[in-house]
Amino acid sequence: MRHRPRGENIIRFDSVGLRYGLGPEVLQDVTFKLPAGSFHFLTGPSGAGKSSLLRLMYLGLRPTRGRVVLFDRDIAATKRYELPALRRRIGVVFQDFRLLDHMTALDNVALPLRVRGVKESEIRRHVPELLSWVGLADHLGAKPSTLSGGQKQRVAIARAVIGRPDLLLADEPTGNVDDHIAMRLMYLFEELNKLGTTIVVATHNELLVRRFAHLPRLHIEHGMVTTLHQEPAATDDPEAE
Amino acid sequence: MLFRRRHSDLPLAGDATSRFLPWLVALMVFLSSMAVAGAFVIGAVIERWDRDVSGTLTVQVLPAGGDHGDAVTEERVNSAIDVMRKVPGVLAVRAFDKKRTLALLEPWLGSTEMVQDMPLPRLIDVTIDPESRIDLAEVALRLSRAVPGASLDDHRIWLSRLINLSRTMQWLAVVVVVLIGAVTSATVVYATRTGMAVHHGIIEVLHLIGAHDDYIARQFADRAFALGIAGGLMGLGLAVPALTAIGWAARRLEGGFLPSLSLPVLGYIAIGLLPLLAALLAMLTARLTVHGTLAKLP
Repeated sequence: MRHRPRGENIIRFDSVGLRYGLGPEVLQDVTFKLPAGSFHFLTGPSGAGKSSLLRLMYLGLRPTRGRVVLFDRDIAATKRYELPALRRRIGVVFQDFRLLDHMTALDNVALPLRVRGVKESEIRRHVPELLSWVGLADHLGAKPSTLSGGQKQRVAIARAVIGRPDLLLADEPTGNVDDHIAMRLMYLFEELNKLGTTIVVATHNELLVRRFAHLPRLHIEHGMVTTLHQEPAATDDPEAE
Repeated sequence: MLFRRRHSDLPLAGDATSRFLPWLVALMVFLSSMAVAGAFVIGAVIERWDRDVSGTLTVQVLPAGGDHGDAVTEERVNSAIDVMRKVPGVLAVRAFDKKRTLALLEPWLGSTEMVQDMPLPRLIDVTIDPESRIDLAEVALRLSRAVPGASLDDHRIWLSRLINLSRTMQWLAVVVVVLIGAVTSATVVYATRTGMAVHHGIIEVLHLIGAHDDYIARQFADRAFALGIAGGLMGLGLAVPALTAIGWAARRLEGGFLPSLSLPVLGYIAIGLLPLLAALLAMLTARLTVHGTLAKLP
């Protein structure tokens, strides 16, 4: 993970629009900036375009118009073969986890490292350590089909953070877990944020958002970013103040 | 085992293509082996024909009629020998006696008892320096003027037609091999695309976590190579006994007028390399197919 000065923009969207095929625009004139080291909620009702916005952020889609700048790189002007290097700086927790069913928890978490060509000895050292940290030390060899929803979620989070990303995007990470685990996951994200990772958590869980009212909120509705709350709530991160 | 020495993120081993592709490659290698063997055998035959006749000419002297026909014919044969000996570049001139002429006819006619008493043309075998540039048309004219009933039969005239036909067959065999390669490639393209569709979800995850296209393509290419080499060896295993049987049958057919139908060493090497070539073709095709398909992703 590269250490970026807090406040420098890690993502910038300028008048971004997105449509699927010939359908209507699902995102319209989306303009916002996310400073490095920030922690945002991405809120909005179901179907508002949260997942589409996240897909644009993790380079799973290209906008149909507008400008996306990620890590100071204009995506439209970036060559296709250069995009994997940018994607490796992004960790994604997918809404449906997208764990590979034929692989063990350990292999799933090791995937981003193997893609980067990290040595097996390094993988052997780091992956079990991280899985222990998320409470899955006893499930290294377990296939996803044998894990509970919460355990799968932790494997997905471990996979997203194993590469120590600059940007962590989580799509409804608390959607399938009870309140207790949801709170634990949020504390885990806060810990990662303290280590310098910029975090965006997409959720429609209003209760969760209220509990973490100090976090700024990127609100999207009808395909437009309508509100960007920066509530001056108390935070335990002195650098963010 | 938690950690594998050589991992593959895609579970390609269980795909349906893993079952049918080796058999298809086996069939293709078998058919290619037949075509390659045919091409090499024809090539060897052409080479031998070429070598056999490039240094020889034949003079034919028609039998003279009348009471003293044999004596006249003999005289004409001697005249023709004299004419040919004077041609620069001629190394040796040798007339075939009647017995030798009958022996040459035997493979075509079977028993020669019937034609023993018939007037037969006399043949004169002329050995020439292959490097010499003899004007055959001029020699033929001179011969026919000097010796009544004598004509120059240049083997190369009719043999060149035979060689052309054989070369066409040889090219046909090459075209067959190319077509077989194209069909194999098309099948690998289809199998790879099917595999990519089946594992679309996994490929998307790999893509989104920063895998380069070649990281994914390599896994399909490795699998295609493994299936190709397995199928290729099966095909070779079927081709070897088939070629042996054909060779055995051909040896039984060989007569005085049929050349030896043996496969040269280079042919054995080419056929031995077919499984590897098929596997490399499958590997390359799979790799290019994956690259082509992934290029459509953002």
